Amino acid sequence: MSAVEIVFLLLSLVAVGSALLVVTTQHLVHAALWLVVTLSAAAGIYLLLAAEFVAWVQILIYVGAVVVLLLFALMLTKAPTGPQPDLTAKQAVPAAVIALLVAGLLGTTVVAGFQDVELDLDDPVVGSAGVTGDTIFTAWVLPFEVLSVLLLAALVGAIVLSRGSTGSRSDGGDD
Amino acid sequence: MPLWWPLLLASVLFAIGVYGVLARRNAILVLMGVELMLNAVNINLVAFDAYFRDVLHSGQTLALFTIVIAAAEIGLALAIVLMVFRTHGHIEVDELRELADRDVA
Repeated sequence: MSAVEIVFLLLSLVAVGSALLVVTTQHLVHAALWLVVTLSAAAGIYLLLAAEFVAWVQILIYVGAVVVLLLFALMLTKAPTGPQPDLTAKQAVPAAVIALLVAGLLGTTVVAGFQDVELDLDDPVVGSAGVTGDTIFTAWVLPFEVLSVLLLAALVGAIVLSRGSTGSRSDGGDD
Repeated sequence: MPLWWPLLLASVLFAIGVYGVLARRNAILVLMGVELMLNAVNINLVAFDAYFRDVLHSGQTLALFTIVIAAAEIGLALAIVLMVFRTHGHIEVDELRELADRDVA
């Protein structure tokens, strides 16, 4: 077993274990912090799979921005810091059954479909910032521009939503 | 490394995300489950990119696009969650049933 395989297995264990803690822990803030561990392990897996730029974007956007947003939302919704025994719904058992079925179905499908396929990671084309930038701004420039419009729309939507109905509207709203 | 290792990891992470979405009561924890699922998809994309050695780097580029969409989604979703908290005083998703039909009769 090569060093890459050992590192991959360790990172997978970390990712799966911390993901399980994200969905089972009774502390709201701990869930967000375990999510950091999961996302960082995923970034390590991206690095192993020669996707360097994606890994750093994962760290910057997910760990740096998304989790901070989640923590802000937890703070703004007055999340209690102690253990909360009622964080899981009464339907936890059927939910677990469905999740196991999903895992079984997807897992057997990919294992059966790609059983003999070897992922050759020797001498890969590393997706560095230069390579990724070249491809995005040549082949993928139209989706990139569409995404920028999408981000702008999401930004406007978030601002409108968080202004809420308390904001005074110049056209004399229904409030 | 066999290709199915990262694919199996992605399947397991996706299933854990499904469990989080279905079983959690707090809306922010539901969103964390959604993030887990999006990450599982990204692992798939990057694994296939490494396998195909695509000159256009389709997998990595689509993974980046997924991350952007996830960021937009989480921003909007948290705005909605904060609005629900302002109007209801809680964000327990199984108690938000104003849209349910069964209380009509």
